[in-house]
Amino acid sequence: MSGDSPPRFVLASPESEFYWRSGADGRLRIQRCGDCGRWIHPPGPACPFCHSRRIGPEPVAGTGTVATYTVNHKEWIPGFTPPYVFAFVELDEDPTVRIGTNIVGCEIGEVEIGMRVEVLFEESGEWHVPLFRPAGAREP
Amino acid sequence: MGEPLERRAVISGAAQSDVGRRLYRTGIDLTVDAALRAITDAGLTTADIDGVSTYPGFGGSFGGAMGAELHEALRLSLNWRSSGVETAGPLGAVHNAILAVATGVARHVLVFRTVVEGSGGPLRPGSGSGGGGGMSGSAGPFQFMIPYGAASAACWVACYARRHMHDYGTTRTQLGAIAVNGRANAAANPKAIYTEPMTIDDYLAVRMVSEPLCLYDCDVPCDGSTAVVVSHRDYAPDAPAGAVGVNAIGTAIRGRPSWDQFDDLTSMMMRHTAASMWERTELSVDDVDTAQLYDGFSWLTLAWIEAMGFCGKGESGAFVEGGTNIGPDGAVPLNTSGGQLSAGRLHGFGHLHEAVMQLRGTANIGVDDCEVVAVGAGGGPETGSLLLTKGPS
Repeated sequence: MSGDSPPRFVLASPESEFYWRSGADGRLRIQRCGDCGRWIHPPGPACPFCHSRRIGPEPVAGTGTVATYTVNHKEWIPGFTPPYVFAFVELDEDPTVRIGTNIVGCEIGEVEIGMRVEVLFEESGEWHVPLFRPAGAREP
Repeated sequence: MGEPLERRAVISGAAQSDVGRRLYRTGIDLTVDAALRAITDAGLTTADIDGVSTYPGFGGSFGGAMGAELHEALRLSLNWRSSGVETAGPLGAVHNAILAVATGVARHVLVFRTVVEGSGGPLRPGSGSGGGGGMSGSAGPFQFMIPYGAASAACWVACYARRHMHDYGTTRTQLGAIAVNGRANAAANPKAIYTEPMTIDDYLAVRMVSEPLCLYDCDVPCDGSTAVVVSHRDYAPDAPAGAVGVNAIGTAIRGRPSWDQFDDLTSMMMRHTAASMWERTELSVDDVDTAQLYDGFSWLTLAWIEAMGFCGKGESGAFVEGGTNIGPDGAVPLNTSGGQLSAGRLHGFGHLHEAVMQLRGTANIGVDDCEVVAVGAGGGPETGSLLLTKGPS
């Protein structure tokens, strides 16, 4: 997945739009309950824990751990040139917040479960798509 | 709990249409074949059928055919009809029929599952192909995976398989035992898609799809329809081919209904499904004579083996390695008609059909003295199971 960016088919909903726009200022945001403080992902209409409606996006550090991943060898969507890594990253603020993403900025063979990663964003039209790279990596 | 209500139901008939990689026939065309054969198999006529149940209840390559299409095609007169994708996986259509019969709403329910994914076109994101639990938009699994090229359940299941390997030491050679076992059994199934012999070396040499899943870890899309007739157990003595009893249904959805947010990345919803089934029966896993467990991807079968309790958590790799335990003469003969990996992706209903054949003693690879079969179908958040017995339970 080097060179041109693959097509990022973002289908944002009213609840999730903030997630896909959040990177405009370089920060990742996750929905959080204003009453019980729990993190909520994917974003929903109410806090699933205390049922509060006082919910909204809140910045997170953007760091986490690779919970698991796959290396795709099939071009599931035209433009996603294999091989490429799809991973689930668990955020430091709450490991039950699990984010699907691509791991970039390293060799595919370097990706492993437990790897520390940090967010970066890829602009795609009006969206800022969260990607992750090894923690501490420099801008290319 | 008193006697579980599902024991009032039996499976009185079972049949399939032709099954093939590409038949270029419509879903309803195949469905009519399967339905008429199942009704005849049950010793009934279309006039006796007063209920229809199917999954998922829409057309297209994944949906196959709607209940209303069969209703109209056979000019049935129904007291009850049901379909839907928000079930405990594809077997949810059977659960619904069982409950309709048990409550007396219907007496003979025709249940079918049809797929035309062989000739019906390629899998496309958002095309309605594949699962997803019927969820779309903000709550759906696709929104947070499609932008990353994870457009197939292969990608998601691969992530679970990878974590299972990491946590428990499961190997690709162990995973391959599911595919090799299925291929060996498919050789005796005249409707199977792939029957050429496969060795574990063949498996290890084939191309990767989504690591650690290779081509032979993924089932083969096909065209075909499977139908069963669910009847009240009062009818059992009159069922000419023999009635199969329903001992327990597994329906629980106790975790988050999600492919990506399930609490444990080494199991899936079948963990709850199977637990709920065992809660409804005095039988135990030791009573099971053969298991027909979903293999849309080979790793799902490992997850089902653990969920059902044939081995401990994390032990399924060692349990299946070499194929001895799961072979026709093993402790738990598995997917004796070849499963979906080799016999075609009939979406769990191939497994159901084989369970009925085993309990009737008419399977191509018969298990001696078969009295109890566990059937589990589906993956991710869409899983359901059945515990079936020889004769009414």
